[in-house]
Amino acid sequence: MEKKLKDEIDLSAYKDEVLAAYPKKVAKKRSKSIVLNDPDAIPQIQANVRTIPGIITQRGCTYAGCKGVVLGPTRDIVNITHGPIGCGFYSWLTRRNQTRPDSLEEENFIPYAFSTDMQDSNIVFGGEEKLKQAIREAYELFHPKGIAIFSTCPVGLIGDDVHRVARQMKEELPGVNIFGFSCEGYRGVSQSAGHHIANNGLFKNLIGRNDKVEGNYKFRVNVLGEYNIGGDAFVIEELFDKCGIELVSTMSGNSTLKQFENAHTADFSLVMCHRSINYVAEMLEKSFGIPWSKANFIGADATAKSLRKVGQYFGDQELIDRIEKVITEEMVAVKVARDRVLPKTQGKTAMLFVGGSRAHHYQELFDELGMKSLSAGYEFGHRDDYEGRRVIPTIQIDADSRNIEEITVTQDATRYAPRKTEEELHKLEADGMQFNGYDGLMKDMKAGTLVIDDLSHYEMEKLIALYNPDVFCAGIKEKYVVQKMGIPLKQLHNYDSGGPYAGFEGAINFYKDIEMIACSTIFKQMKAPWESEDFVEAEYVFN
Amino acid sequence: MLLRHTTALEIDRKALTINPAKTCQPIGAMYAALGIHGCLPHSHGSQGCCAYHRSALSRHFREPVMAATSSFSEGSSVFGGSANLVAALETIFTVYKPEVVAVHTTCLSETIGDDLTQIISKAVDDGVVPEGKQVIYCNTPSYVGTHVTGYSNQVAAMVKSFSTTTPKKRNVVNLVAGWMEPSDMREIKRLASVMEARTIMFPDMTDVLDTPLNGQYNMYPDGGTTISDLIATGDSKFTLGLGQYCTEDACIKLENKCRVKFETLDIPIGFKATDRFLMSLSRHANVPIPDSLSDERGRLIDLIADSSKYLYGKRVALWGDPDTLIPLTEFLVSMDMRPVYIVTGTPGKLFTERMQEILNNIPEAKYMCGDTADMFRMHQWIKQEGVDLLIGNTYGKYIARDENIPFVRFGFPIADRYGHNYFPKTGYNGAANILIQLLNAFLDHKDRTCPEEKVEWQM
Repeated sequence: MEKKLKDEIDLSAYKDEVLAAYPKKVAKKRSKSIVLNDPDAIPQIQANVRTIPGIITQRGCTYAGCKGVVLGPTRDIVNITHGPIGCGFYSWLTRRNQTRPDSLEEENFIPYAFSTDMQDSNIVFGGEEKLKQAIREAYELFHPKGIAIFSTCPVGLIGDDVHRVARQMKEELPGVNIFGFSCEGYRGVSQSAGHHIANNGLFKNLIGRNDKVEGNYKFRVNVLGEYNIGGDAFVIEELFDKCGIELVSTMSGNSTLKQFENAHTADFSLVMCHRSINYVAEMLEKSFGIPWSKANFIGADATAKSLRKVGQYFGDQELIDRIEKVITEEMVAVKVARDRVLPKTQGKTAMLFVGGSRAHHYQELFDELGMKSLSAGYEFGHRDDYEGRRVIPTIQIDADSRNIEEITVTQDATRYAPRKTEEELHKLEADGMQFNGYDGLMKDMKAGTLVIDDLSHYEMEKLIALYNPDVFCAGIKEKYVVQKMGIPLKQLHNYDSGGPYAGFEGAINFYKDIEMIACSTIFKQMKAPWESEDFVEAEYVFN
Repeated sequence: MLLRHTTALEIDRKALTINPAKTCQPIGAMYAALGIHGCLPHSHGSQGCCAYHRSALSRHFREPVMAATSSFSEGSSVFGGSANLVAALETIFTVYKPEVVAVHTTCLSETIGDDLTQIISKAVDDGVVPEGKQVIYCNTPSYVGTHVTGYSNQVAAMVKSFSTTTPKKRNVVNLVAGWMEPSDMREIKRLASVMEARTIMFPDMTDVLDTPLNGQYNMYPDGGTTISDLIATGDSKFTLGLGQYCTEDACIKLENKCRVKFETLDIPIGFKATDRFLMSLSRHANVPIPDSLSDERGRLIDLIADSSKYLYGKRVALWGDPDTLIPLTEFLVSMDMRPVYIVTGTPGKLFTERMQEILNNIPEAKYMCGDTADMFRMHQWIKQEGVDLLIGNTYGKYIARDENIPFVRFGFPIADRYGHNYFPKTGYNGAANILIQLLNAFLDHKDRTCPEEKVEWQM
């Protein structure tokens, strides 16, 4: 009965209802970001545009995308935030990018926050000297291999040149790789600009600096856009090892400088979070001839599919057999877990508003649990993340995108080596593989579902009030709002301190966590017994 | 080892802050603004500031924290954020309908020099602010002071914007609340009500950041100081500022504006600070301290006496904000403990003066405030000579694990434990809560680490 009702949910009235509350101009702008999906004729959605001032948004800033997301997870770089204390403080251990040094001697700066703690005199007279001194002090204390500088809002405005400082300090401290990022918070419309800036920096300063080919296996792969939240990258590492695949680099979960420097020695790149890392994937292709495919290790079936892609790409029967064996073995426990949980989750509904790929990936897991994803959207996605990369040539470049440096990547003079011939690639494509492509979220969502970009607080409240999902997926800022409404919220940025959710092991963890949500009884206790009508109406008759 | 690069060897650090014991002004302004009923804080700057502050506050309180942002782009950063703020106010009053919007600046809008007075008065003239609604504001440049300064600036803005004097004085004492938990404020209000003192507390985060779960989400919860109460603070007969760093500015402004005399006190943490608070309130509200509070005090003293063998001489390292560190250090000393290392990133002479006085008999104590008075330095001190206990925010857990030291969470932010906005740390009951946490930390640690033959049923 429940299932039937949910299947019939008609979401078409939502848009008009929600837009009615907005000032006219706001309504006009927001209307383009709220679309009813049709996977057969994918509608255009407005994305990666400025958030209207005053709208309560999920989004963060460029600095968060650059320092927090992409560079944050690498353990052996001293990441110095150049700015007032706040930005460095808020990005200190607040993402759950776990790391596991190989030994006690290996460097690990992740538990540290480094900041130039700019004061008003630095704003007035410039902060470059303080930054240089901070770098000297970091060197004196820690002797790191790499030091990265991250610019916060005032840095760009007062004209501090972090790149010049990096160059000068590199001369002063030979042997230390020092580089800067112009990732001032205001540069883009969301974290996404910071990802792009970080990608450029990785390519300019780290990738390709070490040609040494090392490892245990001959099938060499990069996993890009995997940040090891809750240990996801650990699961993928173990899985690759079981399958006999060499993981050359993960960008950037559980990573080290050396992995970046070595990434160009891989023969294939898998892209997890398309939004945050597709630029690096493209640059590796263009400069070194390494093809990439979109992959997804969220969901047991998706994991199996992604592993098979690797087997298919290398076309080695031994590898293919080994991958199949691992999948068969792993799926036993997955099936047991799924069968146990399914009766409790079947037919329930979910909504997902998070990130730049998670709102897509996690629908796999909900599908596996028999749950329907009614509505989804990204916090900082672009049109290609929704509609697929085929729309990229048609996306208009606006002022905000122009702020981000476009670096020109050319074929590396000595090291460019196409890993597959055109012919081989065509053959693989004919067999169902896709290279350098991503079809986006909308193709995988059902007709009549709601896709909303940069969901506002008001829109979220309305979604819940109108359609009452069984679980809402978002982040910490939304967590307690939604739960006050009596709807459980599953955080898909930090997994509510759970996880890992990647791979087969992760899928089992996720099933259990969603079971916990579906079976949690506390939300049934929101009313005190004396507040229920029956109790009040009951009366005793004395005679 | 988590903090494997920290060694005992200190260098003369001038520019690099490592593991700060502070954050920036705007989050303090945002937190304080939540203590006004029906108020939506607004961050005038780039979107990330607002996102970071809301996230930090939400993680700590595990409650909804609503605030809006001017969402600066590169254009507004170059040409000024006036258009963004006006557009924001229009959106906010149409969609989110607060009674008050409390705007604070950021390092971005301060660096470009946006003039809030002018922008907001123009918005009011242009009819962007609906009749009967208010927009208040304060300047909170992140490159001056710390989160404590931002809190203080927001509280002062409440006085500046609302407090009004009329010929009719009321027998009411204003309680200006420094940065503490809603539970701490609730306890202070309970003490005042037990004494039958008439008070107005502002800001007041009770019933805002500790709301019940009942299936109803209310963007503007029942709590918070009402506008009419904020206006009435100008007619009160006295003001008690609880926590000098956070409230003194507001107290002075209120005296200048409405001639309400004031006294600043420590936040009532520990029995001595609580004694002073009750005596001051008793004097200024002209009400006696009832026997029931003497009994509360007596029960606390009894608990300390019963457990003193576990406390005497214990070396403690603590970090956080001066307004809480001062009375907390005093409390530890009053239980014959030895607070030996104390750091706060918040600058100010008062901290040093008070520490000198409180730690008079503990010559080995080191304390430091302001630039590079950070947790890295404190950890280096610990490496030089160890301590028996750590008291501070969640960032202490890394030191606690590396050095195997018992650790009690206190301050902001606490992101990995529950209860801090449930059980108060203020008043005699709050002091008992602190003490019980210290004792449990010591005794659990002893039970886990002592040789088997030393494990005893009774302790």
